[in-house]
Amino acid sequence: MTETTSGAFSEHARGPWAGVWRQFRHHSGAMVGAAVLLALILAVLIGPWLWQVDPAFIEPKAADMMRARNLSPSLAHPLGTDQLGRDTLARMLAGGKVSLAVGLVAMAIAVLVGTTVGVLAGFVRWLDGPLMRLTDLFLALPLLPLLLVMVMLFRDALAGVFGIEIGTFLLIVSAIGLTSWMQAARVVRGEVLALKEREFVLAARSIGTPPLQIILTHILPNVLSPVMVAATLGFASAIITESALSFLGLGFPPDFPTWGRLLFEGVEYMQMDPNRVLFPGLAISLTVLSINYIGDGLRDALDPRLRLR
Amino acid sequence: MKTKTMLWMGTALALAGLPAFAGGRATDGELRITFPQATSTLNPYLSSGTKDVYAASMVLEPLAGFDENGAVYARLVTEIPSVENGGISADFKSITWKLIPGVKWSDGTPLTAADVVFTGAYCNETDSGCAQAFKFDGIEKIEAVDDLTVKITFTAPKANPFNAFVGSQTPILQKAQFENCLGAAAAACTEQNFAPIGTGPFRVTGFTVNDLVQYEANPEYRDPAAPHFATAMIKGGGDSIASARGVMETGEFDYAWNAQINPELQAQMLAAGKGSFIMGFGTNTERLELNLTDPSPDLAEGERSTAKYPNPRLSDVRVRKALSMAIDRTALNEIGYGVGGSPNCNVVPAPAFYASDNTGCLTQDIEGAKALLEEAGWVDSDGDGVREKDGMPLKLLFQTTNNPVRQDFQALIKGWWSEIGVETELKVIDPGVFFGGDPASPDTAEKFYADVEMHANNFDGTDPEAYLAALTTDKAPRPETNWIGTNYNRFSSPEYDALSAKLAQTFDMDERAAIAKQMNDMLTKDGMVTLPLILRGNLSAMSNALGGVKVNAWDSELWNVADWYRVK
Amino acid sequence: MLTYALRRLLLAIPTLLLISLVIFLMVDLAPGSPMSEIPRSIPPETRAKMIAALGADQPVFVRYLLWLKQFFIVEPAYLIDGWFGTSLGGDQQRILSWQSRAPVFDVIGDRLARTMTVVGSGYLIAAAIALPIGVYSAYRQYSWFDQLGTFVAMIGYSVPTFFTGVLLIVIFAVNLGWFPSYYDASLKVTDFSSLSRQVWQMALPVAVIALFHAAEISRYTRSAMLDTLGQDYVRTARAKGALEGTVVMKHALRNAMIPVITVLALGMPSIFGGSIIVEQVFKINGIGGALIGAIVASDLPMVQTLTFIFAALIVFFNLVADLLYGMMDPRIRYD
Repeated sequence: MTETTSGAFSEHARGPWAGVWRQFRHHSGAMVGAAVLLALILAVLIGPWLWQVDPAFIEPKAADMMRARNLSPSLAHPLGTDQLGRDTLARMLAGGKVSLAVGLVAMAIAVLVGTTVGVLAGFVRWLDGPLMRLTDLFLALPLLPLLLVMVMLFRDALAGVFGIEIGTFLLIVSAIGLTSWMQAARVVRGEVLALKEREFVLAARSIGTPPLQIILTHILPNVLSPVMVAATLGFASAIITESALSFLGLGFPPDFPTWGRLLFEGVEYMQMDPNRVLFPGLAISLTVLSINYIGDGLRDALDPRLRLR
Repeated sequence: MKTKTMLWMGTALALAGLPAFAGGRATDGELRITFPQATSTLNPYLSSGTKDVYAASMVLEPLAGFDENGAVYARLVTEIPSVENGGISADFKSITWKLIPGVKWSDGTPLTAADVVFTGAYCNETDSGCAQAFKFDGIEKIEAVDDLTVKITFTAPKANPFNAFVGSQTPILQKAQFENCLGAAAAACTEQNFAPIGTGPFRVTGFTVNDLVQYEANPEYRDPAAPHFATAMIKGGGDSIASARGVMETGEFDYAWNAQINPELQAQMLAAGKGSFIMGFGTNTERLELNLTDPSPDLAEGERSTAKYPNPRLSDVRVRKALSMAIDRTALNEIGYGVGGSPNCNVVPAPAFYASDNTGCLTQDIEGAKALLEEAGWVDSDGDGVREKDGMPLKLLFQTTNNPVRQDFQALIKGWWSEIGVETELKVIDPGVFFGGDPASPDTAEKFYADVEMHANNFDGTDPEAYLAALTTDKAPRPETNWIGTNYNRFSSPEYDALSAKLAQTFDMDERAAIAKQMNDMLTKDGMVTLPLILRGNLSAMSNALGGVKVNAWDSELWNVADWYRVK
Repeated sequence: MLTYALRRLLLAIPTLLLISLVIFLMVDLAPGSPMSEIPRSIPPETRAKMIAALGADQPVFVRYLLWLKQFFIVEPAYLIDGWFGTSLGGDQQRILSWQSRAPVFDVIGDRLARTMTVVGSGYLIAAAIALPIGVYSAYRQYSWFDQLGTFVAMIGYSVPTFFTGVLLIVIFAVNLGWFPSYYDASLKVTDFSSLSRQVWQMALPVAVIALFHAAEISRYTRSAMLDTLGQDYVRTARAKGALEGTVVMKHALRNAMIPVITVLALGMPSIFGGSIIVEQVFKINGIGGALIGAIVASDLPMVQTLTFIFAALIVFFNLVADLLYGMMDPRIRYD
C-alpha cells in the first residue's frame, strides 16, 4: 500500500519528485517543521552517545541519592533531576526515541488502515455496509478491556519471540494503531462518496479506466487533506495514548521512560518543579507542531491547484 | 473499655458542663468529607470496600468497636464480655452481649436482640454472597436470650470471640427494614441498601451511587448533645492528590480519607496552612514476597511456579537474605511515604503485644550482602556485573501493580540489587488484574509468574491468627486449587504449619503472643520468605476548622464522628 | 432517501446484536475480577461465595442471554411502568451493577444529565468557536490569524487533558481560588445564585473539553475549506461576480462540510459517553467515570450496558452523518 500510494503522488504531481520538493522547499513552515523534526530525531538517536548518562541510574548510596533528588537544571544535569535523582536529559533522550517511534509507527498503521478502509467503503458499494459496520464495532469497543485482552493474549508470546522491549513495542503500536483508524476511515469514506460522483471521476470511468487506477490517480490524491490532518492528530494522540497505557500498567516496563510517561509523572510535581512538565510537554508539542507543518507543506506541494494560487 | 461507655453516659448527663467549643446537637453546620474512591453502597454486608464500610459507619453501628489503640470498646452494649464478668464462657465456646436499654433506631423504634440475631441470619444466608461471611466463621448459632441479651455459640472453643458484630464491618441492621431482603433478594433491595436505618449519629438523606452520600443528624441518637454537625456529606472521586488538595489547599473539605501523597507534596500542601495530616498506624505492611518456586516460562503451564520445581535462585536463604540486606528501607520511606509510613521488618508489625522486636533489616549492608552471595557461590565470573552460578545468571523478575510510589520503589530496589550483582527485570500490572485472581490470567498475585512481587497486606482487627495461617503449606495457590490460595510464596514448613495449628488452640494471651512472634520471625528474619519494607499508615488530611478527630487504624476512621465539631 | 434510512435502521439491529456479543465476550475474556477491589484480608472462600451471589460464575452464554433478556424485555417494561404506572416489569430482575447492586439504568439516568451538561456544553462551545476559526484560517491561509490558530490548536491537541485540567485547577482553584476544584452534582439550579454557581463550577471542565475538541474540529474544517476554495466552481462563482461572502459561505463551505460533519457526528456519542479524564480530574462522576470505574472493578453488567448504549449511539449518529452527506451534496445518492 505504501509504495502504490507514493506512486500515485508522483504521478499526480505530473512531474518528477523534484517538482514536489521544489514546492515543498518554498513552504517556509514546512521547512522549519522538517528541520525541527529532523533535529529531534537526531537528538534522540545521537544524543545518548554525546550525553552518556544512564537514564535509569540512581545513586546507590541513600545519602547521595537524597542529595541528587529534584535538582534544578545545572551543568551536571542540564534539565535537572527527578524525584529519584535520575538525570532528566538522559530520560528525555531515551524517552524521545520510544515516543517518536511509537507515534510514527502507530500513526502509520492507523492512517494506512483508515485510508484503505475508507477508500474501499466509499468506492466499492457492496463493501460499504460491512466495512462501516466494522468501523462502528471498533468505535464502540471500550479501549481498556480490549487492551487488557490483547496484553493477556499476546504480551508473553511476543516477548518470547522478539524479546521484552521489541515485543512490548509491537504490542503497543499495534494496539494504538488498530484502535485509532476509525476516524480517518469515516472521514475518507465521506470524501470518497462525494468524489466518485464528480466529473473527472465519471470521465475517467467512462473512458474505461480500471477501478484500481481511478482510486490511485483520482481518488487518493484528493483525499490527501483529511488524511494529512488525521495523520497529524493521530501522531499526537498516539503519544498521549501511550502515556495513558503506561499509566494503566499496560505500556512499557516502568524503567522505560517515554515523553508521555515523563509528562504524566511530572503532573504530580508540577507546582514544585514546573520543569518536570515543561520539558516533556514542550517536546511533544514541538513534534506535533512540526509534523503538522510538514503535513501542510506536503499537501500544498502535492496539490497542483493550490500551487497555482 | 467500660470507662468509654461511662464517658458517653457521662456526657449525656452532664450536658451543662460541656466544653465551650463542642456545642450541642446539630449546631455546627455541614461536615464535608471527601474520599478518593466513591461509595458504591451503604450496606457493608454487600461490599467490603473500605470506602463503603466507612460511609456506612456514620449510620450503622456494631455492638462494639475498636478504639484508637486497638482495644475493644462498647458501643451498643453495656460492657465488653470477658471470662471474668461471665460474658465469655469458661470453655471459650460462647459469648453473651447485653444491649444498652433504650437505644432507638433512627425511625424511633427500639433496638432489640432480635435485630442482632437477624443480622447474623442475613449474613449467613448462602445466596446473599455476604462480604463479611468470614467474620461469622465458626459460629454455631446466634440467639436472643431476652430482648436485650444476645448469645453467640461457637462450634469449637474460640480464642478470639470478638469477630462478629465487632468493628464497623459487621454492624447491626434493622430487622424490620431488611426482613424481605434475605438471601438472593439481598441484591434487589436497592432502597434498603442505599439508606439503611441505623442507630448511629447520622442518618442518610441522599445517596448518589459512586458519587455522593448526604446525611443529617439522627434525631434519635442516644447522646442528646451529639452529633455536633447538622448535616454531613461524603463526596467521592478523583485521586489522593485531589482529595488532599481539597482539604489542604482549596479548603473545600474538612476531612479527606486516604490522602496518601508523596512527602514533597505533603510539605507543599502543609505550607498552605489550611490543615494538617494525621495518620494512624495499623498493620498494613508494604512488602516483597519472594517466590520459592520456579516461575520460568520454559516450564509447562501447570508446572510453572509450583512446588514441583524449587526456585533455582531464591531457594537459598542466603540469596534471600542478601536481597533484604541490600535494601535501604529508611530511604524508601523518605521518598515514598514520609510521615505516612515507617521502615519495618515484621509481617505482624502491630499491635505491640503481638509484634516481634525484629529491627535487623533496618540498616542497609551492601558489602555484607555481597559477601553473603559470594559465600552462597554466586560470583561474577564473566565480569558483566551480574553474578552467576553454574552458568546461570542471578537475574530476577520483579512485578507489582502500577502506582507511582511502587514504581519508584521498583527503580530504587533494582538499583541496589544491581550494586550487589543481581540483575532485575521490572514488570507492572494493572491492579484489577493483579488482585483480581482470575485463574485465566498469568498476571495475578496468586499465580506469581515472577521471582519477586510487591504489594501491601494487613489483617483484620487486632488478632493475627487467620493472617498468619494464610502462609501454611496447604494454602499455596496451585493448579489443583484453581490457583486460589493466600500463600503466594509457596512457603512450606511443617514446623510453621504445626505452630499455626497450635495458635488456633491456644487461649492464654501471652502464649498466643509468643507463638505469633515465632511465626513472624520464621517468615522474616529467619526464613526471609517475605521482606517487609514499610509499615504504611492511613494518611488522612484534616482541616484546621475541624476538631474532635481521633485517628483510628483499627476501625472506621469515622468511628467517633459523633464527637467531631467545628472549630470556631 | 426515506427507504434508505429505514433499511439502514433495520440493518442496525443485527449489527448491534453482533456488536453486543463481541463486547460481551471481550469484556468477559479480559482478566480481572469483580472482587479485585475488596481488602486482601477477605479470605478466598468468602470471595468465591460473593462471586457466586453475583451470578458471575455462570457460563458466559447463559449470562449473555440473561443480559439480552433484561436489556430488551425487562428494562423497557420497567420504563413503561415508570411512565404509565403499569406493572409489566413485575418482580423480574433488572440489570444490576455488580459494584453497587443498584439497577444499572438508575445509575445511568442519574449520571447522564450531568455528563451531558458538562461535556455537551464543552462540545458545543468547541464547535461554535472551531467552525468560524477553521473557515477563516483557510480563507486567509498563512495569515497571522491562521498561524496563531494553527499554533493554539496544535498545542491544544498535543497537550493531554490530564495536564491541562490539573494546570487549570492549580492556577484557578488553588492559587487564585476563583473556581471550585470539585464538581457538586447535588447543586439544583433554582434561582440566579444557584445558576451562577453552576456556571462557575462548570467553567474549568468545559474549558478543558472545549480546547481539546476545538483543536480537532478547526483542523478538519480548515483543511476541508482549503480544498474547496481551490475548486473550479469557486473560481467560476467568483468569475461570474458573486459576492465574496456568498462564494465562501455558499459555494465553498457547503462543499467543505462532509469531513466536518463526519468529525462532528463521531464526536456526538462522546457527549453521552463523557470524558473519562476530565471527569476524573474535576470529580464530575459522570458516564465516563462510571464506565472506567466499572471497567476497573470488572463490573460486567455496567460495562456491557454502557458500551452497548454507546454503540447504539455511534451507529445512529453515523447514519445521521450519511443522510446529511446526501443533503449537503446532492450528487451522493443512496439506492
